Amino acid sequence: MNSAPIAKPAGSEAAGSLLSVRSLSVEFGSFRAVNEVSFDVQPGKTLAIVGESGSGKSVTSLAIMRLTDYTGGRIAGGEILFRPSSGEPLDLVKASDDRLRQIRGNEIAMIFQEPMTSLNPVFTIGNQIAETLILHEGLSSRDARLRAKELLQKVRLPDADRLLDRYPHQLSGGMRQRVMIAMALACRPKLLIADEPTTALDVTIQAQILNIIRDLQQEMGTAVIFITHDMGVVAEMADDVVVMWKGNKVEEAPVREIFAAPKHPYTRALLSAVPRLGSLKGEPLPKRTPVTVMDGGEPKLVGETRVQDTANYAKPILEVEKLTTRFDVGKTFLGRVTHRVHAVEEVSFQIYPGETLALVGESGSGKSTIGRTLQQLIEPTSGMVRFEGRDMNAMSHGERRRLRQQIQYIFQDPFASLDPRHTVGYSIAEPIVVHGLIKDRKAIDRRVQELLEQVGLRPEHAKRYPHEFSGGQRQRVCIARALASDPKLIIADESVSALDVSIQAQIVNLLMELQEKRGLSYLFITHDMAVVEKISHRVAVMYLGQIVEIGTRQAVFENPQHSYTRKLLSAVPIADPQRERAKMRIEGEIPSPVRPVGQEPAIHRMQEIEPGHWVALEADAIRGAA
Amino acid sequence: MAMAPAAPSRLRHFRSLELTLGLFLTGIMVLPVLFSGFLFPDGGESMDLMARLLPPLQSPAHLLGTDPLGRDVLARVVVGGKISLMVGVLSVLGAVTLGTFIGLIAGYYRGIAEILLMRFADIQLALPFILVAIMFIAVLGTGVDKVIFFMIIAQWVQYARVVRGSVLALREREFVQSARAIGVGNGRIILTHILPNVLGPIVILMTLNVGTNILLESSLTFIGLGVDPLIPSWGGMLADGRTYLQTAWWVSVFPGLAIMFTVLGLNLLGDWLRDYLDPTGQTSR
Repeated sequence: MNSAPIAKPAGSEAAGSLLSVRSLSVEFGSFRAVNEVSFDVQPGKTLAIVGESGSGKSVTSLAIMRLTDYTGGRIAGGEILFRPSSGEPLDLVKASDDRLRQIRGNEIAMIFQEPMTSLNPVFTIGNQIAETLILHEGLSSRDARLRAKELLQKVRLPDADRLLDRYPHQLSGGMRQRVMIAMALACRPKLLIADEPTTALDVTIQAQILNIIRDLQQEMGTAVIFITHDMGVVAEMADDVVVMWKGNKVEEAPVREIFAAPKHPYTRALLSAVPRLGSLKGEPLPKRTPVTVMDGGEPKLVGETRVQDTANYAKPILEVEKLTTRFDVGKTFLGRVTHRVHAVEEVSFQIYPGETLALVGESGSGKSTIGRTLQQLIEPTSGMVRFEGRDMNAMSHGERRRLRQQIQYIFQDPFASLDPRHTVGYSIAEPIVVHGLIKDRKAIDRRVQELLEQVGLRPEHAKRYPHEFSGGQRQRVCIARALASDPKLIIADESVSALDVSIQAQIVNLLMELQEKRGLSYLFITHDMAVVEKISHRVAVMYLGQIVEIGTRQAVFENPQHSYTRKLLSAVPIADPQRERAKMRIEGEIPSPVRPVGQEPAIHRMQEIEPGHWVALEADAIRGAA
Repeated sequence: MAMAPAAPSRLRHFRSLELTLGLFLTGIMVLPVLFSGFLFPDGGESMDLMARLLPPLQSPAHLLGTDPLGRDVLARVVVGGKISLMVGVLSVLGAVTLGTFIGLIAGYYRGIAEILLMRFADIQLALPFILVAIMFIAVLGTGVDKVIFFMIIAQWVQYARVVRGSVLALREREFVQSARAIGVGNGRIILTHILPNVLGPIVILMTLNVGTNILLESSLTFIGLGVDPLIPSWGGMLADGRTYLQTAWWVSVFPGLAIMFTVLGLNLLGDWLRDYLDPTGQTSR
C-alpha cells in the first residue's frame, strides 16, 4: 500500500549525507522483515526510526552494521552507502568482512537496550573500554586506561578512577548504559546507532542519558540513528523522523512536520494513541477517549468519550495502615542478618470502590512490593491491611484464600504469567475451578467464552496456547483471567508498560470500561506518569519505600508540592517538539533501599496542604531527592 | 523481533521422521519379545552340540547362527529381550517416579526437606556403586525383582537432581506466581503447572537410561550379583560371546545390535514425546 521509494537523482541529496540507505530489504527465511526502505542520515544530525514491535526498525539498524548476518537474516536487496572519515564512500552490503570490522566500533558504533547483557560480566569496566581503544586506535594499555577514564568523565560518571576497576554487576542500570555510551564513543565514531537505549531505564535516569547523548553529539559532531517506540523521546531528540510499519517506511519528515501534520494514516494513529502528560489539565476526573486503530490499513476510531465518574467515597474497600515490608539480605557466616532491603516503610493509604489509585515511583521505590504484599505473595513485616473492614491478620486460612478471589493481580509480562503448557481457556477457567465458583464443566466453558468476549477476544480463542497470541491479546487474556473470579479489586502491576502505545491505549480503555461496568477498584502500579494521568482518580508517589505525596490526580499533577514529584514529572519526555528542549538538569542515581541492620530510615511526617492532598515534609531529609 | 508463528497443529508431530523411525525400531525389537513364548516355545534352551558356532545364514534353522553350545542365537536374542527390557524399562520407570517425586518436594517446598533429601542424595552419589550393589545383594539375595529394586535405589538421585533444578527455576517464574495469586493451592500448582514443565528433560534422561540399565543388568549378572546367569538376557549373551569375539562374532554382535536398536528407537520416541508435550514447539530445534 505504500508507494515505492521515490528514485532520487543520483548525487543530489545523497551527496552530503553520511549514510544513505537505498531500497534496503532484509529477509529471515521467507519472512520479509524490512521491505525496500530508503533514508539518509546527515552528518551531525539525529534521525529517529520509530515504529511498534515487528515494524522492522531494529532489523534495519542491525542491517546497517551487517549484524543481521549473525542472526539468521539476509539482506535481500538494496544498498547501504556509508562515507567513512577517509576514502571513498562504500556500500556496506558488499563490503568484505575485514573492511566491516574496521568500520564497526570505529566509524559506526552501537548501543543496545539492555546494558547488562551487552557488557561482559567477567571483565572490569576499564578493561572493556580499553579493549576497544587498543584494538582500533592502537593505544598502549596505559594510554588506553587514561582515555577510558576521560570517557567515563565525559558521560558524567562520578569517581571515574574507581569505576574503572568495577565489574558490570556492581553498577546500576543507568550507570551501565553510560558505560556503554562511553565505549561506543571511544573511537569518536561518525555514526552512533542507539537501539532503544533508555527503554529499560527509569524516567529520571532516562532524562539524564538523553541529555548526555545530546551533549556529546554536539561536542563530537556524531550523527545518531535513534531507534525507539517512544514518541516523547523522538520529540526530544530527533531532527528527522522515519516512521516504519510492518517492514515498510510509511513516512519520512522533519520532526516538527511529523508531529504537526502527519500524512500517513498509521502515523496519525500512532500519534493519537500516545498519552500526553498534561492532556487532562483542568479535568477533575479521568476520562476515556477513543483510540485510532489501524484496521487492515484503514484508520478507525474505537471507543467513546466518557468521564470516569465511578468512584464512591463512602467507605473504603481496602485500608492499608503503616505497612512495612523488609527483606533480609547479606548474612554472616553464622547466619546473622547484616543488611535489609527496606522495601516498604510504614505506608498508609485507602482505596475506595470504583476508584483507581495509582502508585507511581521508580525502581526500588517499593511499589511492586506493596502490590505483592496485598496479594499475599509476600508476608509483611508489620502493619495492618483491612479489606472491607476485616483485618487481614485476624483472618483464618480459609478467609485469606477467599481474599485471593476478591483481589486479583495482573503482572507486567503477560507471556511470562501464562503457563505455556496450558490453553488460555484452561488458564482463564483456573480461578473459577480453584474457588469452586461454578461446578458444571459446560457452564465453566460458557463463562470462559463470555469473559473472552468481554475483553475483546473471540470465544474460540479458548483452545489456543499463549504463544499463538500477540502481546496485546495476551494481556487481554490475563485480564479475562483476573475477571474470572469476579473480584472487587484488581492490582495491575506495570500491566500496560510493556505494550506498544496503540495497544496500551486500547488496554487502558478496556480497564476503564470494565471499571464502569463492574464497579472495580484498581491499584495501578506504574512508572509511566502519562498513563497515570489518563487512568487514575488518585495518585500516590513513592520514593524509597515511603509515600511522599498522595492526593487526587488533579492536585498531584497540577500542583505538585514535593520536590521528588516535580522531578519525576519534569523527567517525562513530552511528545511535542515545539517545546523547549533544554530542561531542568536532573542529576543523581536513585539511592539504594538496602541498609545495614540497626540503621532504620527516618519516617517522613505528612502534612495536608489541601483537602485530601498530603505531602511529606521536605525537612525530614529526603536524601538525594532534591 | 516477534514474528507471528503459524498456528501449529499438534497433528504435525505425528508426521515426523522421529516418530516413524522410533516406532519402527522399537516395534521390531519389542513385538517379537512379547510373542517370544509363541515364536520360540523352547525358550532358546534346546542345544545342538553338532551345530556349535554355526555362522549366520548357513542353516535355515539358525538364521543368526548358533552359540558355543549350539543354541540358536535368534531364539536367544528374542527370548533374552524379556529380561533385558523388563529390567531396563521397569527400573527406569521406578527411578523416575521416585526421583521426580522427591525432586518436586525438595525444589518446591525448600527448607529442611530440601536439605535432608538433597544431602542424602549427595551421600549416596559418593558411595561406590559396586560396593553398594554387593552389600545390597548380600542382604537381599539375587533375582530379577531385586535387581530392578536395586537399580531404582541407585538411580533415583539423578532424576531428583534434574527435577529439583528445574523446579527451583520454575517456582520463581511469573506464571507460577500468578497461579498462586489467583489462589491455586500448592498441590495443584505442583501437578498442573510445575510437573508438565519439567517433563521435557526427564523424558530425555529416561530414554537414555533404559539402554544403560540393560547393560548394567549384564554387568551385575557378570559379577554374579544379578539375574540367574542361566536365563538368557542381552547383557548376559554379550558377556558370554566376549571370549569368541575373534572366531564367532555373531554370538555377541546380535544381542549388541538388539540393545542398540532398542535404545535408538526409544531415544527417537523420547525426542518426539518431548516435542509433543511442548505446545510451543520451541525445543524441537
